[in-house]
Amino acid sequence: MAKREFSESTDRIVATEPVEVRRYATHTRINHWFTAALIVLLILSGFALFWPPLFFLTGLFGGGQNARFLHPIFGVVACFSFLLLFLQLWKLNIMRREDLVWARNIRELLDGQEENLPELGKYNLGQKFVFWGMFWLLLAMVISGVMIWQQFFPDLVSIPVRRWAVLVHSISAVLSVLIIIVHVYAAIWTRGTISAMTRGTVTGGWAWRHHRKWLREVARRQDTPPAE
Amino acid sequence: MSEHTAPPPTTAVSNPPVEALAPNLGDGDIVLASATPDLPPPTRQLDKLAKLIDISKCIGCKACQSACIEWNDTHPEIGVNFGSYENPHDLTSEMFTLMRFNEYEDPETGDLDWLIRKDGCMHCEDPGCLKACPSPGAIVKYSNGIVDFIHDKCIGCGYCISGCPFDIPRMSPTKHVVSKCTLCSDRVAVGQGPACAKACPTQAIVFGTKDDMIAHAEERIADLNTRGYDKASLYDPAGVGGTHVMYVLPIGDKPEEYSGLPADPKISNVVQGWKGPTKSVGMAAIGLAAVGAVLHSIFSKPNRVTEHDRVEAEEMVDDILGPEETAELATPNDEGKA
Amino acid sequence: MTNSWTDIKNTDLVIVMGGNAAEAHPCGFKWVTEAKAHRGAKLIVVDPRYTRTAAVSDYYAPIRPGTDIAWLMGMIRWMIENDKVHWEYVRNFTNAAFIVQDGFGWSDGLFSGYDPEKRDYDRSTWDYVIGEDGFAEVDMTLEHPRCVWQLLKRHVDVYTPEFVENICGTPVENYLHIAEMIGETSAPDKTMTSMYALGWTQHSKGSQNIRGMAMLQLILGNIGMAGGGMNALRGHSNIQGLTDMGLMSNLLTGYLSMPTEREVDYPTYMSTRNFKPLRPGQTSYWQNYSKFMVSFMKAMYGDAAQAENDWGYHWLPKLDVPNYDILRMFELMNDGHVNLYFCQGFNPLLAFPNRGKLTSALSKLKLLVTIDPLETETSRFWENHGEFNDVDTASIQTEVIQLPSTCFAEDDGSLTNSGRWLQWHWKAATPPGQAKLDTWIMSQIFVRVRELYRKEGGSVPDPILNLSWDYADEGDPTPEELAREVNGRALTAVYDSTDPTKVVVEAGKQVVNFSQLRDDGSTMCGCWIYSGCWNEDGNNMARRDNEDPSGMGVYPNWTWSWPLNRRTLYNRASADMEGRPWDPTRPIIEWNGERWVGSDVPDISPTARPQDVGPFIMNPEGTSRLFSRGMMRDGPFPTHMEPFESPMQNVFNAEMRGNPVARVFEADVADLGTSDEFPYVGTSYRLTEHFHYWTKHNRVNSVLQPEFFVELSVQLAEEKGIQNGGWVRVWNKRGSVKAKAVVTKRIKPLICDGKPVHVVGVPLHWGFTGNAKKGYGPNSLTVFIGDANIETPESKAFLVNIEPSEEPVA
Repeated sequence: MAKREFSESTDRIVATEPVEVRRYATHTRINHWFTAALIVLLILSGFALFWPPLFFLTGLFGGGQNARFLHPIFGVVACFSFLLLFLQLWKLNIMRREDLVWARNIRELLDGQEENLPELGKYNLGQKFVFWGMFWLLLAMVISGVMIWQQFFPDLVSIPVRRWAVLVHSISAVLSVLIIIVHVYAAIWTRGTISAMTRGTVTGGWAWRHHRKWLREVARRQDTPPAE
Repeated sequence: MSEHTAPPPTTAVSNPPVEALAPNLGDGDIVLASATPDLPPPTRQLDKLAKLIDISKCIGCKACQSACIEWNDTHPEIGVNFGSYENPHDLTSEMFTLMRFNEYEDPETGDLDWLIRKDGCMHCEDPGCLKACPSPGAIVKYSNGIVDFIHDKCIGCGYCISGCPFDIPRMSPTKHVVSKCTLCSDRVAVGQGPACAKACPTQAIVFGTKDDMIAHAEERIADLNTRGYDKASLYDPAGVGGTHVMYVLPIGDKPEEYSGLPADPKISNVVQGWKGPTKSVGMAAIGLAAVGAVLHSIFSKPNRVTEHDRVEAEEMVDDILGPEETAELATPNDEGKA
Repeated sequence: MTNSWTDIKNTDLVIVMGGNAAEAHPCGFKWVTEAKAHRGAKLIVVDPRYTRTAAVSDYYAPIRPGTDIAWLMGMIRWMIENDKVHWEYVRNFTNAAFIVQDGFGWSDGLFSGYDPEKRDYDRSTWDYVIGEDGFAEVDMTLEHPRCVWQLLKRHVDVYTPEFVENICGTPVENYLHIAEMIGETSAPDKTMTSMYALGWTQHSKGSQNIRGMAMLQLILGNIGMAGGGMNALRGHSNIQGLTDMGLMSNLLTGYLSMPTEREVDYPTYMSTRNFKPLRPGQTSYWQNYSKFMVSFMKAMYGDAAQAENDWGYHWLPKLDVPNYDILRMFELMNDGHVNLYFCQGFNPLLAFPNRGKLTSALSKLKLLVTIDPLETETSRFWENHGEFNDVDTASIQTEVIQLPSTCFAEDDGSLTNSGRWLQWHWKAATPPGQAKLDTWIMSQIFVRVRELYRKEGGSVPDPILNLSWDYADEGDPTPEELAREVNGRALTAVYDSTDPTKVVVEAGKQVVNFSQLRDDGSTMCGCWIYSGCWNEDGNNMARRDNEDPSGMGVYPNWTWSWPLNRRTLYNRASADMEGRPWDPTRPIIEWNGERWVGSDVPDISPTARPQDVGPFIMNPEGTSRLFSRGMMRDGPFPTHMEPFESPMQNVFNAEMRGNPVARVFEADVADLGTSDEFPYVGTSYRLTEHFHYWTKHNRVNSVLQPEFFVELSVQLAEEKGIQNGGWVRVWNKRGSVKAKAVVTKRIKPLICDGKPVHVVGVPLHWGFTGNAKKGYGPNSLTVFIGDANIETPESKAFLVNIEPSEEPVA
C-alpha cells in the first residue's frame, strides 16, 4: 500500500469507465449537510436579530422569544457538528507550498486557464481558506456567543467585555456568511463539485483537473501489487 | 372612564386628577423605537419631562423603593444582609430602583459624607438600550422623553443590557424579558407623577417639565453653594444627549463617588460599532458578495471539466492500476476492494 | 411637641440630638428639608453614629451614648459665658429671678438631701423662698446669689468644652462650632428647634436630658416661637394619644394624676392640687383641676357619681407605689405575683429590656391574653425557635389566648400625632378573618365580667357595676360615641360662671371645650384636654381644610389640635413684654391693645395684658422653669450621670453608678456588667425600613431590610478580626445575640477619659415571627432599669462584648 499524503482512507476510485472517485464518505456528507442546515438556521435566526428588516424571519421559529432561545442552541449543536467534520478534514487542509503557487496564479484559474497551476492534493487553497475561515469564525462565535448567552450565562463576563463579545460575534457572523457565499458559489461555479457532497463522488476528469495529486494517490493506493 | 384625556403631569406633589381619565400617551407620541428605521413621525410634541433627584434632600429611606415595588407589583426576594444598607444588593428585574450607599471621606478634610443615590433608569435622550435592541418596537422613546420597554415585544436577548451606559436593565430569569424603571409611564399617561416621587417624604424626588426641573435644580445648587458644596452641580450628562432623570449632586465634581455614577456616560463605541458600521458595512458586504457571485455566474464561463481532463484521468488511472484492475473497476461498486 | 410638625419649616436651625428624625420620622422630616430649602435653615446632628439624618446635615458631631446632660450643660455654660442669652425672655418668661431656699445645693454629683438607703432625695429645700405676701420672692436684676440664674451659672460652671469633650467624646472644635451656630439663635428674631425622641428618653435620666435642652431653649428664647420649641417625635402614630388618654399606670386622662393610697378621699386628693399662683396676677390654669377631675369622674360613673360619694373617687384605683410601670409589672410577674396578663397592642418580649427575664416572667403566668393584629413574639414566647427563642416549651404551663384585632386602616377613629393633632381616619379595608376592633373585644369582656359581678357579687364589685356604659350597643361602642364622650357634654344646664342666670350649654349638648366644664356634676368629660374635638360643630378631628392664611404652616382648620385647637404651645412667649412679636416676620400672636390676635389660638386669656400675665399659664409662677423645684426626683437642674453600664466612672463621684435615685430591683443588680468584662458601649435604634416589630411581617419592608445586623467601627472590626457582612456574637450578662456585622466608617471610636470608646449599634426590628429573616432584638442585652421619673428603660446605653461568630441555628 502506498503512503497516504493527499487523500483520506475512504477516498477511492469506484469506477474506471468513465473514472469516478469517491471523495466523501456517507457519514462525512451527512455531517456536512447537518452542519450546513444548522448554519442556515443560524443565519436565519441570527440575521433576524442582527438586521431589523429581517426580524420577520423570527416568525420561522415561532417568534422573537423562540428565535432568541433557539439560536444559541443551534450554535452549540452546529459547533459540535462542525467539530466532527473538522476532525475528519483538518489534516488535508494543512497549508502546503504548492498552495502559494496556486494562489499566485489565481487569476488564471478564474479565467479558466489551469494549465500553469500546480498539481494539488485533495484541497486547494480556496477550500482550505473556507475550512480554516469557518473554523476560526465558529470558534469566535461560540466563545463570544456564550458570553452573550443571557439565559444561561447572564453574569459570565462584565458588560464592557460583553459589548466586545457582541461586536466580535456579529463581525464573525458577517465574515462567515461571506465565506459561505464564496464556498457555495465556488461549488456551483466549479462544475462537477456538488456531486462530491451529494453522491459522494466526483468524475475522474474533475479530479484530474482540480486535484491531480489526490487522484494519483488514490489510484496508486488502489494498485494491488502483483501476487507473490 | 371619562372621555377626557389626562393632562400631562407638571409635578408629582400637587394633587393630581382623581377622576379616571383616558391615557394620554400613545403610539402617536413615540419618537424612537428599537429596530424600526421607518418609524412614522409623531403626531405631536409633548413637553419634555424629567425626574429630578436632589441628593442633598435624600435621606435614603427607601420609600421610593417600596412605592416602586407596590405600584409595579414586583416581587423582589427577601435576601440577607451583606454588610450594607443596600437591599436588594442590586437592581433586579423585580427591583427597578435601588438606594445605593457610599461612605465617602473628603480626602482633604477627612469629613465623612454618607452619599446615598437612588439608582435606576436615567431615561436618556439618546438611549443606548434602544439602540442595541433588535426587536422592533420593544423599546420606545416618547416625545416627553420617557424610554419604555414594551414587554410583549421583548425577546429576552439582553442586548439592551450591553447597550446601557448606566448598567440598568435587568433580565428576568423566569420570564425572559428585561425590566427597568418606566418613569411610571402608565401613571404619567393619566396625569400622575411617578410613584417614587409621590412617595418621597422629603421631596428629594420631584417631577415635572425638564425646564422646570432644571430651574429647580439651579435653586438647589445655589443653596448648596452656601453650605460649603461649591462644586454642587446638575447631572444631566450631554454624552447621552441629556437625561430625563437628573441628579443634584452636592459633590458635583466627583459623580463616581455616588456609587459609581459615570462621569461622562455615553453609548459605548463598541456598541456604536456593532449597531453602526458592522451592520451597514456587513450587510453591504454580504449583498455585494451575493450580487458579485450572481454577476460572475452570468458574465463568466463556469469552470467545466473538459473531455481532455476526462481522457487524462482515465489514462492516469489506467497507467497506475493496469488494465486488469481497471477492468474490475469498470462499473461503480461502492463496496470496492480492500 | 410644643409646636407642630408643619411649624418646623419656620426655623433657622434644627438640632437633632437624642433622635434620628430622618430615619425614624421620615415623613415629618420633610419639614426640616422645607426649612433648609426655603429659609436657608441649618441642620445639626449630634449622635453616636453618623445617621441618615446626619447624611443631610450641615454639621455633625459624635457623642458617647448617655452623656447628653454634660453636653447640654456645657452648651448653657457657653451661652452664658458668651452672652448668647435672650435676656428679656430669660428675665420675664423664666424663673431665673426666683430666689431659692438656702438648703438647696450640689456637691459630688449629688444635690442636697440624698439618702443612699432609700435611693431618694429629700426635696423639701428645692424650692423658692416664699415671701410674707404668700408669693415667691424674685430679684429681677438676676444678681441675688440665691436666685435661680446665679445658681444655674454656678451649676454649669464645671462643664467647660474640655470637660465635655472628656466625658462625651465630642471634639472641642466640633463642640465650639456647634455652640457658635446655636448661639446665633439667642437673637430675638432667630429660632432653633429641638427634635428628639427615644435617644433622649431611653436613659435612666431621660427626663433630665430633655430638661437640659428645654433650659437651653429657654435661655435662647426659643420656646413659644414659630420655628422653635421642644419637639418630641413620638414613636408610634398614636403614642401621644396614649399618654394624653392616661394609659400610664399613674395617670388618668389629660394628665390628671392617679390617686395614691394616702389620698383617702377627694378633699385630701385635692388639697395638694390647689395650684395657688406663685406670683401676683398669674393664671395658674391648673386651678381648674377640680372641674376636669369631677367631669372625668362623671364620665366614668355617670349618675352614680355624686357630690355625696366624692363623685365616685373611692372607686378609682389607688396607687401604693409611685408607678405600676411595665418594668415593675414584669418584676412582679417574675416573682410569681401576677396570674393574668392582658397584652394589648404590645410586644414586650421584644420591646422591653432583658428578654431572658421577660420570658421567665411570662412563663410564670397562668394566662396570657394577647390582642394584636399581627403574630407577636410575646404571644409565641413559649415556642422554640432554635437559637432565636431557645425555650423548653414543655416546661411552660402558661395558657395563651391570641385575640386578633384590627389595623389602623381597618377602623374609624382618631390618631394623635406628635404635634397634638387629633386626626380622624376612616376605615379603608374590612378586617380579615375573625379580627375584631379592640373596642369590641374590650366591651365584650367588660359586659361579661360585669354580668358575673352582678350575679356573683365579688370582693369589690362597685367600680365595675357603677361604670357608666352608655352606648347604643353595649357590646360594641362606636368610635363616634367614644369621641363624643371624650369631648364631654352638659348633663344638666351649665350656667355662666359670672352670670348664674345665663345658660351657656343646655343639658345634653356637647360642651364647646373645657372652659365650660364644671365641678358641680353638671358636666362630664372623658379627657379634658381633648374637649373641643367633637362639640356641637361636629367632628372637628375630621376637618380637612388645608388653607394656611398666615403661610406659616398653622392650618387652623385641618383636623383639631389639643388644647383648644392651639398649634403652638406657650405662643404668648413669641411676643415681648409689650405684646409685640419678637420676630415681626414670623408673628404668631400679638397684643392689639385690647386683646391677643394672630394666626393661632393664643395660649393665654385673650384679654390678659402682656405686662401683667406670664406666658406659662399652666405654672403657678406664670413663667417657665430653669429650676424645676422638687418636681423631678433626680434634681432641679440636670447633672451629669453615667449610664448604669458605662465604660467610665462618674467624674464627680466614683461611687455613683447610673442615676442615684433610679429604681433598681434587687434581682437585677447581679446582671449589671462592668467595662472590664464588657468593654464596648451598646446602643439600640430603629431603621427607616421598618416600624418596630410590625413590618417584618410585610414582604416589602422585609425586602428592603431583610436581616438583623449590628454596626461597628472599622477600627473595632480590625481589632476583633470581624469581617464586613460576617457573623458576630454580641453578649453581656443578660443575653447574647448573633448578627451580621455592618462595618462602617459612620461609627468612629470616641476618646473619653483618654481612652477609646467603641460603640456597637444594635437595631431593633427582628424577631422570630414574620417574613424577614429570623433575628434578635437589642432587648436581649438591655438593662432592666428605667428613668428615675417615668421608668422608661435605659435601652440606649449598655455594655457588651463582641466576637466573630457563626450563623445561628434556627
